[in-house]
Amino acid sequence: MSREKRLITRGLGEARPESVSDYEKLGGFAALKKALELPPEEIIAEIKKAKLLGRGGAAYPAGNKWEHLLRIPERPKYVVCNADEGEPGTFKDKLILDKLPLRLVEGMAVAGAVFRAAGGYIYVRGEYRAIQKRFQKALGSAREANYLGRNILGSGFDFDIEIVSGAGAYVCGENSALLNSTEGRVGRPRIKPPHLAEVGLFQKPTLVNNVETFASVPLVLEMGGRAYLELGHPESGGTKLVCLSGHVKRPGVYEIPLGSLTLRELIFDSDFGDGVPGGGAFKFGHLGGQSGPIFSQEKLDAVYSYADLRKAGLSVGSGAVVVMDSSVSVLAYLKKVAAFFVHESCGKCVPCREGNRAVLKRLSDLEIPSALSRSDLEDLANIAAAMSRASFCGLGQSAATHLKTAWKAFPAEFERNLRENAAFGAGAR
Amino acid sequence: MTKTPDAEAGFCRPSEERVLEILDSYGNDPQQLIAALLDIQEASGRNYVDRRAAELASARLKVPLTQVYEILTFYSMFATEPRGRCVIELCESAPCHFQEAERVLSWFENALDVKCGETDADGVFTLSRTSCVGACDGGPAARVGDEVFVNLTRDKVARLVKSLREDDPASREGL
Repeated sequence: MSREKRLITRGLGEARPESVSDYEKLGGFAALKKALELPPEEIIAEIKKAKLLGRGGAAYPAGNKWEHLLRIPERPKYVVCNADEGEPGTFKDKLILDKLPLRLVEGMAVAGAVFRAAGGYIYVRGEYRAIQKRFQKALGSAREANYLGRNILGSGFDFDIEIVSGAGAYVCGENSALLNSTEGRVGRPRIKPPHLAEVGLFQKPTLVNNVETFASVPLVLEMGGRAYLELGHPESGGTKLVCLSGHVKRPGVYEIPLGSLTLRELIFDSDFGDGVPGGGAFKFGHLGGQSGPIFSQEKLDAVYSYADLRKAGLSVGSGAVVVMDSSVSVLAYLKKVAAFFVHESCGKCVPCREGNRAVLKRLSDLEIPSALSRSDLEDLANIAAAMSRASFCGLGQSAATHLKTAWKAFPAEFERNLRENAAFGAGAR
Repeated sequence: MTKTPDAEAGFCRPSEERVLEILDSYGNDPQQLIAALLDIQEASGRNYVDRRAAELASARLKVPLTQVYEILTFYSMFATEPRGRCVIELCESAPCHFQEAERVLSWFENALDVKCGETDADGVFTLSRTSCVGACDGGPAARVGDEVFVNLTRDKVARLVKSLREDDPASREGL
């Protein structure tokens, strides 16, 4: 039996994505009915019990975020879905948007009902334009069935969802940058505080959650917070969509209970990645997108849960698991990642804008024998530390994680070409 | 601001009427500026936003022209110079790159007879790179407009180029 657990992906491939009746047969919209009847505090209590952590990458407890917004008296409030999925190696939100759109619609509508929100927005990355058009259909059928629109199911509550398209900017995955972009402006992050729950979209109190987080909410309400928690890890309930890609035989999206599998099982078991193709050997993996940690085979036995990976010095992040085989040079890989950040840095703050350029330059130099000395390597460490500590937003702060973790895992690749270690030119300066 | 060939020729792509129509369809709402500009770019037929179109958007939506250009230059899907009718964007992010995306790039370069970053003389194709398009489980992948093509091989590249050149979407089903 497969160790996948199909909660979010229940009905995948069978139910027609935009069909309300197919979704209802899977238990769809029962959670919304609950949310329209029960007091908001009860709904949020279930989400807190479930220990649902934000699935976009930051792993912030969803229940706490919702509670914070509920306590703010100012109105109107907005509900925003972050569907800017831009972390390379991540394609699970695409699966939900494209194949399971009504689960997401329901999750957002539940949030709408809890906060009696004035409106919902879903910010979808520009690269998913074709999917935006299909998602529009799902919104249409939800409206027809009165799960969106005026006086939803006779409750007196009006709520609708509007699609907003990105236009190619990784940084818009940062929630405050996403709100700026939603307002039709350039997507650079805002300073915090104030928290988005206080000053969000159009300067109003706003909830921003990831696609998968919203899609998980109906499941929490359907099975109850406690049951959802028990299904996953004691510190983080439920399932997680994991995206396997790179050098694995079976790339794809897999839904697994948190805490049920090791990285080794995910990458090598025939139910999942099924190992490295072409007889190659595993060299390293990259978790949670380009901003996440890199690990060598030493950490393959870490269990895939937020808490266990954290203990191992790693993180779940977006859910990406990119595998690289032994043909790939660590420095070449890191250069590619650094080049990505150079391209995607919004340029607002110096540590990120200049730090990434400096990292890319030094990584390139590290490939040249005797180009750098040990003190240059110390410089590189200082730059990485400055980026993590002084960058303006979370993306800049994590833009050196790949470097720091790969360095720990593969110190020899960083030192091989140092002047001090080269056969010629030692002390040549 | 360099003048585009079209602007020098004294006309706007798409036509001024079409630009205004698109802006109207978004209620001339400044909040919808990015969406409107995406549509204007698509309607240009050359995958760019003309200076004149940007000026019209600025005037109609009452946002400074600098703000329009700030958007056009910040978001990587926009161009301010004409590109090909088809912009082939090969994903260069790590999961695709280390699945031989560079080889795929050379196949495209050969098939199109342009280098990466260039537009061919007929204005049909522009070849460029892009950050992740979210098709990592099908790397190497490329995006052409709204379509994404995965698991690219030399044969697929040849068929895709032919289909795009002939502007025949049906012939690339299953690609």
